[in-house]
Amino acid sequence: MKKKDRMHKGGIEKFIANFGWPRIIIAIFLLLLFVIAPFIGIDVGTSLSDMLVRVGMNGILVLAMVPMIQSGCGLNFGLPLGIIAGLVGAVTSMEYNWQGLFGFGMAVLFAIPLAVLLGVMYGYFINMAKGDEMMIGTYVGFSVVAFMSMMWLRLPYRNPLLVWGFSGTGLRTTISLTGFWMKVLDNFLAIRIGPRFFFPTGSFIFFALCCVLVWAFFKTKTGIAMSAVGSNPQFARAHGVSEDRMRIVSVVLSTVLGAVGMVVYEQSYGFIQLYMGPLYMAFPAVAAILLGGATINSATISNVVIGTFLFQGILTMTPSVINGMLQTDVAEVIRILVSNGMILYALTRKGKGTVK
Amino acid sequence: MKPKYSLKGALISNLVPIVFLMFAAFAVPMSGLSIPYLLHEMISRLARDSLLVLSLVIPVLAGMGLNFGMVLGAMAGQIGMVLVVDWGLGGMPALLVAALLGTPISIGLGYFCGYILNLAKGREMVTSYIIGFFMNGAYQFLLLYCMGSIIPITNPELLLSRGYGIRNSMDLPNIRQVLDRLVSVEVFGMDIPILTFAVIAVFCLLIVWFKTTKIGQDMRAVGRNRAVANGAGIPVEKTRILAIIISTLIACYGQIVSLQNLGTINTYNSHEQVGIFSIAALLVGGATAENASIANVFVGVFLFHLMFVVSPMAGKNLIGDAQLGEYFRVFVSYGIIAVSLLLHAWKKRHEMLERRLLENDGKE
Repeated sequence: MKKKDRMHKGGIEKFIANFGWPRIIIAIFLLLLFVIAPFIGIDVGTSLSDMLVRVGMNGILVLAMVPMIQSGCGLNFGLPLGIIAGLVGAVTSMEYNWQGLFGFGMAVLFAIPLAVLLGVMYGYFINMAKGDEMMIGTYVGFSVVAFMSMMWLRLPYRNPLLVWGFSGTGLRTTISLTGFWMKVLDNFLAIRIGPRFFFPTGSFIFFALCCVLVWAFFKTKTGIAMSAVGSNPQFARAHGVSEDRMRIVSVVLSTVLGAVGMVVYEQSYGFIQLYMGPLYMAFPAVAAILLGGATINSATISNVVIGTFLFQGILTMTPSVINGMLQTDVAEVIRILVSNGMILYALTRKGKGTVK
Repeated sequence: MKPKYSLKGALISNLVPIVFLMFAAFAVPMSGLSIPYLLHEMISRLARDSLLVLSLVIPVLAGMGLNFGMVLGAMAGQIGMVLVVDWGLGGMPALLVAALLGTPISIGLGYFCGYILNLAKGREMVTSYIIGFFMNGAYQFLLLYCMGSIIPITNPELLLSRGYGIRNSMDLPNIRQVLDRLVSVEVFGMDIPILTFAVIAVFCLLIVWFKTTKIGQDMRAVGRNRAVANGAGIPVEKTRILAIIISTLIACYGQIVSLQNLGTINTYNSHEQVGIFSIAALLVGGATAENASIANVFVGVFLFHLMFVVSPMAGKNLIGDAQLGEYFRVFVSYGIIAVSLLLHAWKKRHEMLERRLLENDGKE
């Protein structure tokens, strides 16, 4: 009896150790929010579909963290590079007035080569700065966003729906996707139950597809080599894997995923925000994957999925519930504390032995 | 082999100020701004920002890189300022009381920041950066929700219309430039705030003196090599926490000096940019994440702000678009941090490879 007890306890402890306290606390908190919601007059159906739409919207941006974490490049704070490629793709597709799924597809198609290009450049930077990847990534991302702000003013886009009406040049700060390819994925095979519940099937299929592709990639020879470079560089080198090359491949992959993720984000959001809009977009994605249980040097697809659900759940539920209960808008502060607290937790957790 | 690399290192560490000087030489005539105007601006800005940038020197000495957590000090200074304004104080007493209020808050925040950075050794910069964001949330919570509800605020003019929470911006009519104007000398029609510069000089001397003390020497040892310092019986973690506390304190005073010069507080924005601008300025001055001197501080503040004042006008005259100049300015302040960190990391890596290569040669 005693032994069985101990075993049982050991099992729970092991589960908690595997799952991590922050994740458990956040999951319980989220559950609590959903339980409270109906009592203060919040419709669970609406909240649930809001959350699902946001998961579909942000999932691939979170997925873009995985290749770089796996290859030992740390958290991809340089996500804005991919985002910029996604923006250029979207704007170019819109310049030609392409609509519907075709317009969306063309945006992705335009975005990918640029993302590859930016990714190769970023990869070289990352290799120059081994050990300082995250700081460099942050500032390379910021620099590119600021540089593109100058470019948005100057690039020769002419479609009157995109540029400032007054001067006829320079892209607008916010461009609406209405009439182009707004919500084409979200509405694709969408399931509606009752007046309030909406399931964005298309976005989920696309997200799942990307997840499967990334998962399958890490089963290929290149993918295994990439993980090896991240977890044991000496071993990888001994087996003839070029560390630097693998790292560049991982950065390119992350950047391409970021670009695709951004186009998906835009179609769901319905607007394109240029100029300083993408500046801080890496942070929610970083926080989400960490919330999902990833560390600085290991991430799985399940981390992505769990993390996106938890993080977006918190983001959707806290404002409505807290505002309903306290009549304040304290949710923004909670968002800042939760997301940055999560990043801090991850940065301090694996503090030993990872200094290169 | 060795001399070649140190020469390269010297060139790289001076490359950044040289590039900026060249840029200034090109952009100053382009902007069409007069030299006296620029000089006046530079003096005002040196008085405003030097102390903030100075706060970054000590953590670099302790091998903790650029302390993005200095925004915590700026927050402490602002909390002090808000309370002082609420109590209706003005003039020099207001500044002193604000500094007095900011001191314990900075020490607390500095301890917190140092403690966390000890958990993330080797990743201090990115961690301190995130700490800044995290504490910004706490700061917003304090000022937006606690002040006026839990913490009593008597002056209703400071509060948002809903009855609690501090307004987004406030003027400091009784505090505006009190330190600058208390003792100032007019030279060629320019007011030179002697007292402000005296305060900055005192802090410079304190830092120089501190470096020569036992603790300062310990700090340098910790910065060079933690393991060796530990072996020599230096309490590594405590020394690192102390470095961050000092940095946070100086940043707090720096923010107070900076706010009295500006005469307004943007309650929720003033501190956010402080970290980025101070770090960019220090790097422009030729410092790296491993080496920063007081000279770097002043050269950096001067060059960075020269670029800051000149580039929108230069952009306007050159391309006919002031907005483009604005973005250029943002681009340069982020780009300079990226490039300096990159050059520095690359240099460090090459030195390491070089050393490894030499060791292997020795073995064979």
